[in-house]
Amino acid sequence: MITLSSVTKTFGDAANPVRALDDVSLSVASGEIFGVIGQSGAGKSTLIRTVNLLERPDSGTVTVADRELTALSDRELLQARREIGMVFQQFNLLDSRTVRGNVELALEIVGVERRQRTARTNEILELVGLEHKAQQYPAQLSGGQKQRVGIARALASRPRVLLSDEATSALDPETTDSILQLLRSLNKELGLTILLITHEMDVVKSVCDSAALMSGGRILEHGRLVDLLSQPGSQLARGLFPLGELPEGTSTVIDVTFVGLSSERPVVAQLARTHHLDVGLLGAAMETIGGAQSGRTRLELPGTIEQHTAAIDDLRAQGLVVEIVRSGR
Amino acid sequence: MIDSNAPGFWPQLFDTLLKATGETLYQVGVTMLITLILGLALGTLLVVTDRGGILERPFGSIVAGRIINAVTQTVVNLGRSIPFIILMIALIPFTRLLLGSAFGVTAAIVPLTVAAIPFYARIVEISLREVNEGLVEAGHSLGATRWQLVLKVIIPEAVPGLIRGFTTTVVSIVNYSAIVGAIGGGGLGDVAIRYGHQRYSVIHIVAVIIVLVAIVQIVQVVGARLANRMSHR
Repeated sequence: MITLSSVTKTFGDAANPVRALDDVSLSVASGEIFGVIGQSGAGKSTLIRTVNLLERPDSGTVTVADRELTALSDRELLQARREIGMVFQQFNLLDSRTVRGNVELALEIVGVERRQRTARTNEILELVGLEHKAQQYPAQLSGGQKQRVGIARALASRPRVLLSDEATSALDPETTDSILQLLRSLNKELGLTILLITHEMDVVKSVCDSAALMSGGRILEHGRLVDLLSQPGSQLARGLFPLGELPEGTSTVIDVTFVGLSSERPVVAQLARTHHLDVGLLGAAMETIGGAQSGRTRLELPGTIEQHTAAIDDLRAQGLVVEIVRSGR
Repeated sequence: MIDSNAPGFWPQLFDTLLKATGETLYQVGVTMLITLILGLALGTLLVVTDRGGILERPFGSIVAGRIINAVTQTVVNLGRSIPFIILMIALIPFTRLLLGSAFGVTAAIVPLTVAAIPFYARIVEISLREVNEGLVEAGHSLGATRWQLVLKVIIPEAVPGLIRGFTTTVVSIVNYSAIVGAIGGGGLGDVAIRYGHQRYSVIHIVAVIIVLVAIVQIVQVVGARLANRMSHR
């Protein structure tokens, strides 16, 4: 649905160039929620702004819904933007318009006639749960309600893609949750493709199907969360399942990742029984990620190298992902 | 010297003031009507053609944008830097060309307007610049054209500031309209000069001052109320 191909963007002058996007390629499938995570300054804000060409890349192409935006004329671009909704961290609502007025703005811009505007606005306000606030002004709303208006405005003209620029970063944790739930249900009910950027791993964990990790204007890794979890060495997987520091010593330590069904099996008990190892449990986490029940355990293995190798082979044979964090003697 | 004890003095004073007040309001009213339209247009042009503005490249040319911006800046600065009394005299030939006569109640509207437009344009510029950049961005993301951005986002969001600025401009123009009285522009300034100054009538001066203060007060109060009502922050 969204494809960025070798996108580059540099800010600043020739003397002090700042590479905000350094040869970034990314592909978001239709109907998925894709999260780009990174610290501030990583370039993720620039990235999301290139998708609707609020920021025009220096080189590379941007394609949304089979239309190459970077090749469009100004007029065609306006048309294309109407099919891409966007929500912002600071909501960016017009203080001078009511909730209804803010949503209608999107329809006025597209040129929808009055009666249809009213009907569509009622419909979309109900969808985000704000039909009773239609006549209020943004200043009278809470942060979460403002973001709901932002979402309603972005979706009023029925775009197939929604861009979310840190939409929950100005909100408290509970409100963040309710907005994420809303995004999830819009994604399911409308088949909406969502690209969001965030600096919070929790956001990725709770709503995303796929994610990309960004740093210094580059994408370090990306993929479906379920795939990333089973990818040894994945920084994103480590971020999703923080297991803490390694203990002192020279023992062998492994991380075992379960994705999907295997999490129901008594892996640790089985390991201890079959291989006669007094397995130490150093850390464990369970989450539903990308719709699949997943977990990761960090185990300490006593015994000899031979025993370890046999145990690890056995685990791998069961379809578990084993990463050797430290190889003991 | 006018004798305030003479029969008919007070009714005559009242008639004079009424007529002069009407002239002043007429001058200021017409001036401000024209200023509202042209000042708003000029101020908007200053903002949108500036670097990073939404009309940075009119007709796809950044050079055109720079030229339009520079010309507008110069026009506004020129109008703002000439003291009104000099502007008024310098414009006499132009006014004559335009209206056939350089003096009189209506003719005075020309220098008043020429002074008011750049004044208001600067205020418009300041108000529009204060509109949150994020709103323009949101407008872009919705696929708004430049016209839509100006008419549906930028100007509506700046309305409270535009009203307050308009009030300030009206007060200045009431002030200037008294000066045009000095060159036969009629109005309250004319009364102050002909009766108060030339014929030593303190009562006329005081009466003119009272009326002017009242006008300014009313304009201020109405302006402030309206601005507050339009502000939903």
